[in-house]
Amino acid sequence: MDNTWPLWEVFIRSKNGLSHKHVGSLHAADEDMAIENARDVYTRRQEGVSIWVVESKHISASNPSKSEELYDPAKNKIYRHPTFYDIPDEVGHM
Amino acid sequence: MIEKDLNQIFQDRIDADDRIEARDWMPEKYRQTLIRQISQHAHSEVVGMLPEANWISRAPSLRRKVALLAKVQDEAGHGLYLYSAAETLGAKRSDLLQQLIDGTAKYSSIFNYPTLTWADIGAIGWLVDGAAIMNQVMLCRTSYGPYARAMVRICKEESFHQRQGYEIMIALSQGSEEQKAMAQDALNRWWWPSLMMFGPNDAESKHTAQSMAWRIKRKTNDELRQAFVDSSISQIEYLGLTAPDKDLKWNEERGHYDFGPIDWDEFWQVVKGHGPCNKERIAARRKAQEEGKWVQEAAMAYAAKRKQRAQDQQTRVA
Repeated sequence: MDNTWPLWEVFIRSKNGLSHKHVGSLHAADEDMAIENARDVYTRRQEGVSIWVVESKHISASNPSKSEELYDPAKNKIYRHPTFYDIPDEVGHM
Repeated sequence: MIEKDLNQIFQDRIDADDRIEARDWMPEKYRQTLIRQISQHAHSEVVGMLPEANWISRAPSLRRKVALLAKVQDEAGHGLYLYSAAETLGAKRSDLLQQLIDGTAKYSSIFNYPTLTWADIGAIGWLVDGAAIMNQVMLCRTSYGPYARAMVRICKEESFHQRQGYEIMIALSQGSEEQKAMAQDALNRWWWPSLMMFGPNDAESKHTAQSMAWRIKRKTNDELRQAFVDSSISQIEYLGLTAPDKDLKWNEERGHYDFGPIDWDEFWQVVKGHGPCNKERIAARRKAQEEGKWVQEAAMAYAAKRKQRAQDQQTRVA
């Protein structure tokens, strides 16, 4: 039997009002231990108020070699940005 | 796409200062170089706990003891950040740990020196961590994203390590004659090994040129060593101590301190396993791994049992 603890990805909310952010990974036998270890490793200096852990194998990622087809189509759609539209200065902030 | 194109695209990204991420294409040699370097770095953090742990139970005050405990705990964390970064490259943690106790992977040779007196804890924090910080600050901008991010985190935490070490040195150097002598003795013993931490001279270093081209490293061993010497001298003077190097003097023309020749024979002896504590360090790691094995197994068995119970309960409810 392989006794290697599975790998978990750790996400920390640094304070309420902000979203959880990926901070790193660690090994643990189960989710409870993963949270306890994440607390010891990633919040030793009050870096967080909430921890998420997800077993790494459950994360699907986009393929970096497909980044052109995925992201390039947005490049020429400048009309999605507010600065594309001309509003006279007299109108004030909009 | 043929390999040559991929290599060129990769180098272009490096030259444009883009960061490489885990799933990006990379030359196999880049991957292997990083795994070697990051895992050696991780091993150094882990083995680095041993000489310092030696003094936790004998720290002279509670203030010093909590600081040393926190520092050693940080080193464990730093080891973990780095192993995690190596794992993003496809390395297995268990393989890396095995290479450490096999002796096939290296770690920083500085940790093969003994900590004989309390002043050594001061000198290690100040000089050894100081030298490590020089290297790590540079690595915050290394081309491999996960390694760079681990370094940013480490640098933030490491700064207290150097300060607590220097504070110990201040206390000793302002103390009794005996304490001052202890501080000087520690400086004498740790100065040269600290300079060796930056590795062989650039001309002798077989990895430097390629690592610079890939922007894994951004400064050479000699550049970093010089920066370390330059920044340390005023700190030594403040303590009223003397560096154990009669050739040390300010060179107006270069705008740097000149320093004497490093004993590279000693360096290679220690690297090759013949330092004062190599065997002891590896034996301690081996013991921890072998005697801790049952904990790993028990935790997995417990996790499996809990999962099974939860499933059974669900079946019953259904």
